[in-house]
Amino acid sequence: MYEIRIHSRGGQGGVTAARLLADAAFRGGKYATASPFYGAERRGAPVVSFVRIDDRPIKVYSQIQHPDMVVVLDPSIMEAVDIFQGLKSEGEILLNSSHPITFEGYRTHCVDLTGIAIARTLVVAGSPVVNTPLLGALAKVGIISLDAARAAIRGMFSDNRNVQAAEDAYGELVL
Amino acid sequence: MTEIPKEEYILKCTSACAGCSSTLSLRYVLKAAGPDMVLVVPACCTSVIQGTYPRTAMNIPVYNIAFAAAAACASGMSAAYRKKGVKTRVIVYAGDGGTVDIGLQALSGAFERGTDFLYICYDNEAYGNTGMQRSGSTPLGAITTTTPGGKVHPKKDIDRIIEAHNPPYIATACSAYPLDLFQKVTKALSLEGPKFIHLLAPCPPGWRFPAEKTVEVGKLAVKTGSWILWEREHGTLQVSGPSRAAMKKRVPLDEYLKMQGRFRNITEQQKQELQRNIDRALARIACEVKQPCS
Amino acid sequence: MRGETAMQLIATGNKAIAEAVRQVNPEVVAAYPITPQTEIVEQIAAYVSDGTLASQYIPVESEHSAMAACIGASVTGARTFTATSSHGLLYMHEMLHWAAGARVPVVMANVNRALGPGWNVWAEHSDAFSQRDTGWLQVFVSTVQEAYDTTIMAFRIAEHEDVLLPLMVNLDGFTLSHTMQPLETVVVGDFIPPLHLPHAIDVAHPRGYGPLTGPDEFFRFRWDIERSMRDARKVILDVEADFGKRFGRQYGPIEEYRCEDADILLIAMGTFGKEAEVAVDDLRREGIKAGSLRVRWFRPFPVLDLSGRDVVVIDRGYSFGFGGVLTRSIQATTKAEPFSVIAGLGGQEVTYRDMAGFVRNRRPGEEEWFGVNTIV
Ligand SMILES: Cc1ncc(C[n+]2csc(CCOP(=O)(O)OP(=O)(O)O)c2C)c(N)n1
Ligand code: SF4
Ligand SMILES: [Mg+2]
Repeated sequence: MYEIRIHSRGGQGGVTAARLLADAAFRGGKYATASPFYGAERRGAPVVSFVRIDDRPIKVYSQIQHPDMVVVLDPSIMEAVDIFQGLKSEGEILLNSSHPITFEGYRTHCVDLTGIAIARTLVVAGSPVVNTPLLGALAKVGIISLDAARAAIRGMFSDNRNVQAAEDAYGELVL
Repeated sequence: MTEIPKEEYILKCTSACAGCSSTLSLRYVLKAAGPDMVLVVPACCTSVIQGTYPRTAMNIPVYNIAFAAAAACASGMSAAYRKKGVKTRVIVYAGDGGTVDIGLQALSGAFERGTDFLYICYDNEAYGNTGMQRSGSTPLGAITTTTPGGKVHPKKDIDRIIEAHNPPYIATACSAYPLDLFQKVTKALSLEGPKFIHLLAPCPPGWRFPAEKTVEVGKLAVKTGSWILWEREHGTLQVSGPSRAAMKKRVPLDEYLKMQGRFRNITEQQKQELQRNIDRALARIACEVKQPCS
Repeated sequence: MRGETAMQLIATGNKAIAEAVRQVNPEVVAAYPITPQTEIVEQIAAYVSDGTLASQYIPVESEHSAMAACIGASVTGARTFTATSSHGLLYMHEMLHWAAGARVPVVMANVNRALGPGWNVWAEHSDAFSQRDTGWLQVFVSTVQEAYDTTIMAFRIAEHEDVLLPLMVNLDGFTLSHTMQPLETVVVGDFIPPLHLPHAIDVAHPRGYGPLTGPDEFFRFRWDIERSMRDARKVILDVEADFGKRFGRQYGPIEEYRCEDADILLIAMGTFGKEAEVAVDDLRREGIKAGSLRVRWFRPFPVLDLSGRDVVVIDRGYSFGFGGVLTRSIQATTKAEPFSVIAGLGGQEVTYRDMAGFVRNRRPGEEEWFGVNTIV
């Protein structure tokens, strides 16, 4: 089982990102679950969601204790939350960042999801939509296929710019 | 000049959304009431903005109670304090859902029994706590998550329902006019018996407008006549300053509607009905002010 | 013959319930929002608005009215649905007794959540447990697929002429209501026959409904409810078997996992009952012969054979001054002497590792409040 924890801010689309990822994994023939952890918090507060991907049906509902990967949609969150908590050694970190950052002991991937969203004019209510480009980045890392990412995005958004943004992220992320 | 006390009873660390006008208004309510009070809060956004146990963003006692029960709970509190000879004020701060829908029975009972308390309904015209479903107070044409095509029923006129209980004081207010609100709360608390203030509280995420427009939207509600500011003390109606001005010269209703995403599906016919309701309400008030009913 | 599979998607528990309702297409839905059920109401409102669900949707002003409206609609012979949670369920309480007493087959989804004060929106079973004596059938599901399948079956079971009682489908708040899992939908076809309510109001044959009733008749009416509850056991088996035959998924009063040769049974309900299977796998690897028994139907309560095995019960609801509700139910109906673990109230996090620990450290006959004390 591959376990992913997504850190975002309320209103940033972290829950949708989890959903898209699970959907894409499912379309790729895997079993997948996505579960947002809801606090009583509002817009702007740090939120986490969990995605599990496996070859067999998934029976675990409790929160992910030891993720294989941590996704951070807003790096400023690192001031408030410990994103490394429980992360497996040699685990992967995918960071929405315009400049490269590395963390010792982990494989870190940086991609400017915000920049891609803005370039594709994917901005809703003042916030750049980072969850659809994220799917392209996750495809590049090999969690899902790019085709599955495209299909999942098309299943949820009719605007083709979302698919293009995913393709941009796929192209921009250097492994 | 009214002087607004410097004391703060609601701290800056609430978890309200940016631009939340009901939380801004609560600040003035508490300043007007002072520290010798209990705030009774049914399930609503105000139950969330206080923060999470063991912390609280409030500096006065807040008693949280079940959704339908605020007015009845306040009745018990008020009776107990009066029995003890204690002057502590009992104030309910409830949403529109907790007032015009599920809480209406308890509210009517408390008013009929002459309960000594102040009931403030902050009206964000939907169920904010659960993510913006329709309430009886949602206006015609507004999109909510349970009226995805726009609401087909008009807003319930709770004020006339409460007026039918002949309370010593009933007033409307709007978060964009905090001084008016402050004065009305002060006036209400100087009187005995059941008092009602109906406060319009624009809600940026629910009404779909940018947080920084919260005052502008509130002002437009009043300037277009969509929301009329008045007070009725022992039966005598008085129109408040901002609405007196609006009665002379009104801003077109469209200015108010087009600022809010929730009205993006509104039909021409619904707009006309909203306009007719405004005209009728203003005419009724103008007529009563000219010839007070006996 | 395998039934037609309509589509495969990934959906939350709430979405699955709304999809099932759309498939069954009840005439009237009356519901009131409450976290974490709200998505069900919103989704149904959206289906009604976009025309994919033909139900009359009544946006009532409270849950008491939601249930009263369902009763009113049902007694005309219409199929009805509602959904609620926690305080909403409790606010319906009077009408729940009324629905069962009036023998109307209302189907309701209840998204299990704790009861205040303090306000808490997370999973717990106290809301449903506190309605266990109302005469409603109650089932607890553990996956998105099961939520969907069970909601569909619920209509046929509740409306069966040998049952004619209301039915509550319970799913854990957030852990299931908001978790997305794969879902295979079905086309119900004639799996759900038209509703025939023998006592439906008929103006051509006027009758009085629920008037003053003397002790003897009243007593007989109550016995009738119990008789139908007992008959429901068979109806449930039959309907679930037919569902399995048509659509390939079969459930039962309980779900057993590696129980055949087990020395120790871990008993739980809802999502805990599913995660317990992972604990069982871990324990088996250590050489502990454990099995998981998930109680699915809570009313009518299943007949359990626990003889000769150690029993560990995880209870997500408590009867103060008496004990864990599931534990006490098991003690009342079997000879087991369980180790009773009270855990997960108000959404307390309990993992399969914790559950395996309950089994390893079991103390038969004792009670433990997980994380608070170890011996009561
Ligand atoms: C009996 C009951 N039903 C439903 C709920 C869920 N609930 C909590 S707050 C709320 C809506 C409150 O709306 P409103 O009174 O307008 O206040 P707002 O949230 O808009 O501030 C609902 C439906 C509840 N807590 N109790
Ligand atoms: S939803 Fe609206 S009323 Fe509720 S806290 Fe946010 S801005 Fe305020
Ligand atoms: Mg409201």
